[in-house]
Amino acid sequence: MWRYTAKRLLQGVITVWFIATATFIAMHNVPGDPLTSDKAVSDDIRANLEAKYGLDKPVTQQYFIYMGNLLRGDFGISFTQKNREVNDIIREHFPVSATLGILAIVFAGLGGVLWGALTALYRNRLPDIIIMFLVILGISVPSFVFAALGQLTLVNFNDLFGRSLLPVAGWGTVWHMLVPSLVLGLGTMAYLTRLMRSSMLEIISSDYVRTAKAKGLPPTRIFSRHQLRNAILPVVTVLGPSIAAITTGGFVVELVFAIPGLGRYFVQAVQQLDYTVIMGTTVFYGAFLVLMVIIVDLLYGLIDPRVRLD
Amino acid sequence: MTEDSQALKYQPSPGAFQPLMGEQRSQVLTRPSLSYWQDAWIRLKANRRALVSLYIVIGLVAFTVVGPMIWRVDPAAQDLDQVSTPPGASRAATLVGPYELWDGSSTAPDQDGLHLAEPATTEAVRLLWDPLPGAAAYRVYRNIFPVAPGDALGLPLAETLTADDTRFEDRLDLQPRTYYYTVVALDEQGNELPARETLDVPVTRVVTIEEAVSRGLVEPGSNPAVGDQVKLMLHPLGTDYLGRDMLARLMEGARVSLFIGIAAPALFVLFGVIYGSAAGFVGGRGDQALMRVADFVIALPFLLFMILFKIAFGIGPGESGILPMVVAMVLLLWPATARLVRGQILQVREEGYVDAARLLGARTNYLILRHMIPNTMGVILVTLTFAVPNAIFIEAFLSFIGMGVAPPTPSWGSMCNEGIKTMLTYPHELILPAALISITVLAFNLLGDGLRDALDAKMRSQE
Repeated sequence: MWRYTAKRLLQGVITVWFIATATFIAMHNVPGDPLTSDKAVSDDIRANLEAKYGLDKPVTQQYFIYMGNLLRGDFGISFTQKNREVNDIIREHFPVSATLGILAIVFAGLGGVLWGALTALYRNRLPDIIIMFLVILGISVPSFVFAALGQLTLVNFNDLFGRSLLPVAGWGTVWHMLVPSLVLGLGTMAYLTRLMRSSMLEIISSDYVRTAKAKGLPPTRIFSRHQLRNAILPVVTVLGPSIAAITTGGFVVELVFAIPGLGRYFVQAVQQLDYTVIMGTTVFYGAFLVLMVIIVDLLYGLIDPRVRLD
Repeated sequence: MTEDSQALKYQPSPGAFQPLMGEQRSQVLTRPSLSYWQDAWIRLKANRRALVSLYIVIGLVAFTVVGPMIWRVDPAAQDLDQVSTPPGASRAATLVGPYELWDGSSTAPDQDGLHLAEPATTEAVRLLWDPLPGAAAYRVYRNIFPVAPGDALGLPLAETLTADDTRFEDRLDLQPRTYYYTVVALDEQGNELPARETLDVPVTRVVTIEEAVSRGLVEPGSNPAVGDQVKLMLHPLGTDYLGRDMLARLMEGARVSLFIGIAAPALFVLFGVIYGSAAGFVGGRGDQALMRVADFVIALPFLLFMILFKIAFGIGPGESGILPMVVAMVLLLWPATARLVRGQILQVREEGYVDAARLLGARTNYLILRHMIPNTMGVILVTLTFAVPNAIFIEAFLSFIGMGVAPPTPSWGSMCNEGIKTMLTYPHELILPAALISITVLAFNLLGDGLRDALDAKMRSQE
C-alpha cells in the first residue's frame, strides 16, 4: 500500500515536471509575445521590460530560473495585469472553481448513482426508457449548449415570478452556484448513469443477490446492502477522469455564467498571451488533476478489498 | 506398461464397424454459411436505432459533400439587407427613391403625442412629439422589447438640446421589426423627469432603386418604380450576425467539424493500432517500455495540452487552425486505442487457432494479417465510432472558448460561440449549429452502441 502510494506519487511528480517543461517549451514557441502592444515601444523600454521579466537571458537559463521558481511555489508576475502575482490570481480564483467543481461532482455522482439504480430496477419499463432517453441527450449535447439553455431557463423562470429569484449570472451566494454546478455536472451525470445502470444490471443477476433473495431478505435490504454497494464500485473508478472533465468543462460554464473562477481566467490569459499566467495555471491545473487521479485510485483500493494495490 | 501395450494391441473384429448409410450419412448444412461480417451486418440491420443512426450519418456526409454543390452560396458573403434574419422570415422589400434629408415636415395626418411623421422604413424612422410638461430637453430611447413601467428603456439614441426641438430621425441599423421608442423629458440639469411617452413602431423593409438594380434584385431591362415589391436574396435557414447565409455556413462548418471528427480519430486509432499491436506482439521488456510511454501520455491532462499545443502552433493570418488541432489530437489520444489493441493481441496470441496455424508453419506476417488483425477489427471499429463524437465534442469545445478554428472559417463550435451572444434575440444562430452537433454526436454514439452489439458478443451492452 505505502509502496504503491510512493510509486504513484513519484510518477505524479514526473508527470507534473513534464507538464511544466512542455508548457515552458510551448510558451517559448508562441509567435508574438505579451510585450508587443499597440503602443510604440522604444528599444530601450523594450530592453528594460525584457530584463524585468528575464526574457533577455538565454532560453536554457530561463528554463532553470523558471523551474527553480516553480519548486519554491512561485509562478511569477502577470504580464497583462501589472504587479499582480500569479499565485494571488490562483489563490483568489481557484476556490471559486473548486466550489463549483465539487458541487458539480456531488450532483453528478448522486444523480448518476440514483438514476442508474432506478433504470436498472425498472429495466425496460417506462422510468427506464425516459431516463435513458435523457441520458443519451445528456451525452450528445455539448456543455455550452446546456449552459446557454440553463441561463435561458433562469431568465424565463425569473420572468415567470416577476422578480429575480435565482441570479442569471455572477457569483457570491448559494443561489448563484445552483444552476451552473448542475449544468456543469450534467454530462458527467449522464455518463455515470449509464455506467451505473450496466453495473447494476450485472449485479442484479448475480448469484449472491439470488442467494440473498432466497434467504428471504427484504428487497430494500438487498438493494442497499448487496446491490447498491457493489454496483457503485465502477462508478468510483471513473471519478478521477470525471474530475478532469468537470474541471475543463468549468471553463465554458464560467465563461457563460460570468463566474470569476480560474477557468475563465485561464481562457482569458490564453487569449491575451499572458505567459506567466498561462504557465502558472497550466502547471497548477495539471498538478491538481494528477493528484486527484492518484487520490481516487487509492480510494478505490480502500473501498474494494478485492483490489490489491501494487 | 503392460496395460498400455495391451490397449495398443486391440484388433477390431471384422464387421464391428459399418459405414453410415442413407440419411444418417453426415451433417448437412441447412443454412447458408455466414462470414463474421455478414453476421454482424444482419445483427446491425435488426437494430433499428443503429440503422437510423447509420442513415443519419450518411445524410450528414451527403449534407457536407453534396450540399455545397447544390446550394452554391459563398459562406463568407455578407447580405447586409438581411442581418440576423431567422429562417422563414419575409423577404419582401419595397422600392423607394433615394434618401432625402428631413425638414421636419409630416405627411401623416395631425396626431397628438408621440407619432410618426411618415411610415417607418428601414431607411429612416421619423418621430414627432408634442412638448411634454416641464421638459427642458428630451432623450430618445429605442428598445426591441415592449417597454413596461419600471423596465429598461433600451438603447439611448439621442438627446435634443432644447424643449422646442420635438423631432428625431433614427437611421441607426434599422431592421424590419417592431421597435419601441420612448421619449423622456429632461430637466435643465439633464436629469430624467417622470414625463415620458412610448410608441411601438413597426418598420417595413425598403431598398432604394439604385441598390436593387446593382444587387440584381430586379430583372435587368425592367423599369423599376417607387413602390414596387421586390424579393431579397433567399436564405432558407436565415443569416447570422454579419448577414452570412446560415445554410452555406452550416455546410462549410460541417466540413470542418466532420473532417476533424473523422480524420483525427482515423489517424490516432491507426497509430494506436500499430503501436498496440507492436507492443502486444513483441511482448516482454519491449512491451513494458512501450506501455509505460502510453501510460504516461494518458496521465497528461488532455484539454490543457490541446490548448497549449494550439498556442504553441500559432495560427498565422489566413490559416484555419484545423491542422494543428488534428495533430494535437493524434499526439494525445492514441494511448487508449493502443492499450485496447494490445490487450486484444495478447488474448488472440494465446488462442488455439493461432497455435494451430503456427504448428502448420505459418509465418509471422501471415499470423498478423490473417488472425491478429481480423480478430481485433471489431474492437477497433467500435473504438473508432466512439472516438468520432468525442473528437467533434473537443473541436466544438475548443472553438467555443476561442481556441479552435480561426474566423472566418466556420465550424459548428465557433458558430455556437457566435450564436450564444445573441441567443435571446436571434436564437436560430445558436440552435441550428448546436442541434447539428447534438444530432451528429447522438448518431455516432448510437451507431457505436449498435456496432458493439453486432460485432462483439462479449462487449454487448445490457440493454
